[in-house]
Amino acid sequence: MKTIIGLIVLWPLAGFLLNGLGRNIWSKKTIATQATGYVFASFIFSLLAFWNVQDQGAIVVHYFDFINTNTVKIPFDFRVDALSSLFLLVITGVGTLIHLYSTAYMHEETAPHYARYFAYLNLFIFSMLLLVLGDNYVIMFIGWEGVGLCSYLLIGYWFTNTTYNNAAKKAFIMNRIGDLGFLLAIFWLIVRLGTVSYGEVLTAESLAKLSSTDITAITLLLFVGAMGKSAQIPLYTWLPDAMAGPTPVSALIHAATMVTAGIYMITRTNIFYTHSEIAQTVVAIIGISTALLAATIAIKQNDIKKVLAYSTVSQLGYMFLGLGVGAYSGAVFHVITHAFFKALLFLAAGSVIHAMHHEQDIRKMGGLKSKLPITHITFLIGCIAIAGVPPFSGFFSKDEILAAAYAKNPIYWFLGLIGAAMTAFYMFRLYATTFLGQFRGTEAQASHLHESPVSMTIPLIILAVLSAFGGAMGVPEILGGHHWLGQHLSSIIGAEHALHLSHTTEWILMGSSVTIALLALLIAISKYSKQADGEPQTALGKFLYNKWLVDELYEKAIVQPLNRFAGFLKEVIEKNVIDGFVNGTGKIVQYGARQTRLIQSGQVGYYILFMVLSIVLLFLIWFNDLAITRFFHNLIQ
Amino acid sequence: MVLLSILSIPFIAAIILLFVKPNEKANYIAIASTGITLALALNIAFNGAANFDASWIPSINARFVLTADGLSKILLLLTGISFPAIFIATSKNEIKNRAQFLSLMLFTQTGLLGVFLAGDALLFYFFWELALIPVYFLCSIWGGEKRVAVTFKFFIYTFLGSLFMLIGIILVYTHTADQSFAIQAFKQATLSSGQQLTAFALFFTAFAIKMPIFPLHTWQPDAYEQSPTAVTMVLSAVMVKMGLYGVMRWLMPLFPDAFSAHSNFVVTLSVIGILYASFIAIRQDDMKRLIAYSSIAHIGLMSAALFTNTQIGVQGVLIQLFSHGINVLGLWVIADIIEQQTGARSLKEMGGLAKQNPTLAILLVGFAFANIALPLTNAFVGEFLMFNSLFQFNPWIAAAAGISVVLAAIYTLNMVQKCAYGEVSEKMNKMQSPNVPAQFVLIVLLVVVIISGVYPAPLFNLTSDTLQQLFIK
Repeated sequence: MKTIIGLIVLWPLAGFLLNGLGRNIWSKKTIATQATGYVFASFIFSLLAFWNVQDQGAIVVHYFDFINTNTVKIPFDFRVDALSSLFLLVITGVGTLIHLYSTAYMHEETAPHYARYFAYLNLFIFSMLLLVLGDNYVIMFIGWEGVGLCSYLLIGYWFTNTTYNNAAKKAFIMNRIGDLGFLLAIFWLIVRLGTVSYGEVLTAESLAKLSSTDITAITLLLFVGAMGKSAQIPLYTWLPDAMAGPTPVSALIHAATMVTAGIYMITRTNIFYTHSEIAQTVVAIIGISTALLAATIAIKQNDIKKVLAYSTVSQLGYMFLGLGVGAYSGAVFHVITHAFFKALLFLAAGSVIHAMHHEQDIRKMGGLKSKLPITHITFLIGCIAIAGVPPFSGFFSKDEILAAAYAKNPIYWFLGLIGAAMTAFYMFRLYATTFLGQFRGTEAQASHLHESPVSMTIPLIILAVLSAFGGAMGVPEILGGHHWLGQHLSSIIGAEHALHLSHTTEWILMGSSVTIALLALLIAISKYSKQADGEPQTALGKFLYNKWLVDELYEKAIVQPLNRFAGFLKEVIEKNVIDGFVNGTGKIVQYGARQTRLIQSGQVGYYILFMVLSIVLLFLIWFNDLAITRFFHNLIQ
Repeated sequence: MVLLSILSIPFIAAIILLFVKPNEKANYIAIASTGITLALALNIAFNGAANFDASWIPSINARFVLTADGLSKILLLLTGISFPAIFIATSKNEIKNRAQFLSLMLFTQTGLLGVFLAGDALLFYFFWELALIPVYFLCSIWGGEKRVAVTFKFFIYTFLGSLFMLIGIILVYTHTADQSFAIQAFKQATLSSGQQLTAFALFFTAFAIKMPIFPLHTWQPDAYEQSPTAVTMVLSAVMVKMGLYGVMRWLMPLFPDAFSAHSNFVVTLSVIGILYASFIAIRQDDMKRLIAYSSIAHIGLMSAALFTNTQIGVQGVLIQLFSHGINVLGLWVIADIIEQQTGARSLKEMGGLAKQNPTLAILLVGFAFANIALPLTNAFVGEFLMFNSLFQFNPWIAAAAGISVVLAAIYTLNMVQKCAYGEVSEKMNKMQSPNVPAQFVLIVLLVVVIISGVYPAPLFNLTSDTLQQLFIK
């Protein structure tokens, strides 16, 4: 098993090295086969590992000691258990599909760039696998920053475009702010417990050793990390900008996998969160606030990818709401279904962009339904799934989170419901504007409209099937299911809050969320099936269209002041104060020397002066029985 | 004997080069000698070496003692790798009187190796100066436009420090039991707490200037900017380590009470320095000055970690001594290639390197991420341990210093963006065919970056004895 688990990680690494180093050697076909093949191999091995967990439970394998000092030991260990094996399947499974899709989507690139793209993508899979496989927080952190690197490289993949580069840089820097929180949490663990391995940290004994302040601090600091990676308030603004990257990248990294790392981290640490009411409340409030904020912005966006990006931020908010109310398996459930339908939506959007020759403004689309039949139907399935219409997958996972939210505090549920209505609305606004009504693009675009090649439509179809039926893994008892996923994760989740909801309440909750979603989607369809949104007219409309002006606020309140401060340090403090003092001292010495005419002027003179002085010093000690030292001796006494 | 031979090889080569005329031959002699030195350094690091002890100045009982523990070994390795790397990377640069230039460089190497090996205080001082004096000539003869003023400042600054150290050495010497400069005798010297404090202050000044610790750092960006690049590389990759080495070799074991009494002060100063230098780096447009301030910030973290006086911090520094040298060397080599081929030093004039020379751009990205201590690069291991020690020392100070993790990402990625991405700039258009020797060096260094970042165990093993000496008494 040790080898199999090791190979899960090594396959994509091999792909990275081969395509990265051989970027000028291989043909595009070889590159594509290698890259996709290695991720697929990883998927097969992940399946083996998954079955092994099903049979024999969690295993931890040790490879070597990463850091080994007298005080801290950080082994390079992997853990395959119920939680990580699920993530393995999602990462490598969705990863394979997106690699396959990319082989066609990126066909315009020349071979070296094509290789570079796939090398980055493989490196991403490698890092993401490290993140979920690591058996301690440091290995998780390695993967955590690794995926940040790949995200940076892929957002800025078209590197001649300055806007894209800025987006890449912004993503990395904002993530680094979160990473600092993560790091401090790790240090806190080390100082208090002397270890970061899950097997030793996540136990009742270590909980007993920690004060409630410790637990709250550790959980909140970890959550700061999650805010960055999973794009929560206030660190979410990088994710919409990250859409600068190629669309398959948005699907894989900025929707299905990387951005859910924060949910993985908190689920992994759930026994700590359960012990900190403060942390849970913070997570829930940040989650629901992000869900609502992003949903309001999504309503007014016209770029097909931007709508999906804000939708992702919003859905991640839901997942954090779930974590905050203790519905850990519900959050993981939503991670999985979201991976299916959001990857699907992004890939279908990519198919649209591909057909429209890089047009992303939905106001210039319309009526694509007949021209792109497969893209259309799969996109529609994705929309229904995310809107929470039964029996599609999103319904089950969202409902589980909302029910748990109700049990914790009905206000959370109510706000979640509003968010669900907005979700249905903006998704079907997007759907209707893009696929229904009349085509609003140019003549040239119209004549070139075509369905995408098979390697792009196959992933769409597979993901559509998963989006439609994926909910089966978590059908709740009330609907006659066993909730396989909840049982599967029971070994990971220490004490899930038992839901004390009567069946009647559950039916009412479910009924109201379905009704409101259907209502919202029907309004959206009727409103946008004929025409696209015009320019925003009302003040509120403009405010939402401009994304609450948060970027502008950050620029004015944080970036510019810091820049001015740095400039002040550079121009005033460094140049005039510190160096001024140093040079001033030099001038005084020079002046004094000139006045006393000790030795000849000229700069080398000083050098000689000091040489002579030191030699004299040495000789004094040598021959004069340490006169100087006696002098110092007396001085000190 | 192997310790004596590693000192003599560069010294003999330096003397030979003084008498060699043709410049090409000079290059080969220099590279060959540094190759042998590297081989010896590897041998010493992994097989160990017996102490060398000979009479030197009997009248004052100063002996020629060479000894190599983990701390010495890791710096021998760094010195061993740096010099051939520098010589190969700059072999295509135009240097007037190359033989003399290389000769002085090799004298510096001798001095550096001596500093890291000396087991006798006076010998340590002797090598300390031997390393410095050739640099003075190198900078003032081969340096940039403002070389005279800058070199003078640099020289006076560090010489002043050395002078303090000499006085400190003499002070301790007079209080040794058997009037000896041996390090063991120094450790057992009976000093009153007032004397310990004075001696501590004298030694500390020398080391603080050399590192440098804020606010004694202003000589450094100027010196890095004005020195010929090969010298800058030596200064920033190896020479700044002399200060940190001095702290670990002399300051910590000799004056433990004064050391811990001042830890608050020095840690705070260092952390201010980290943030200060990082902020200034954000506003630098000159690539060389940006690297210089980035390096000041990194060294600041190392001095902060040292003065936490914790095992984990010192362990981090022991690893980082090596890693920082490799990383900063990589960045200098890249900056030098760009400047040599395009004449551009201002980031505003750059752009499009990724189009002109993809390999070099990839290498730049590699070293940039090592510079910001991305996990699985060498710097992560050291920085992780060092920040950890700061957290042990004081969580708030660690959090404040941690801001530099974000600031480093800002200035480093800015540099990468302006240099490598975007459309090809007018100056970058002059980028010719790749500088093969320099790129070869970069690839080797990047391999070192990754290997020691993924599997740092050999570095831990190498330095464990130093840690024991310092902490297990």
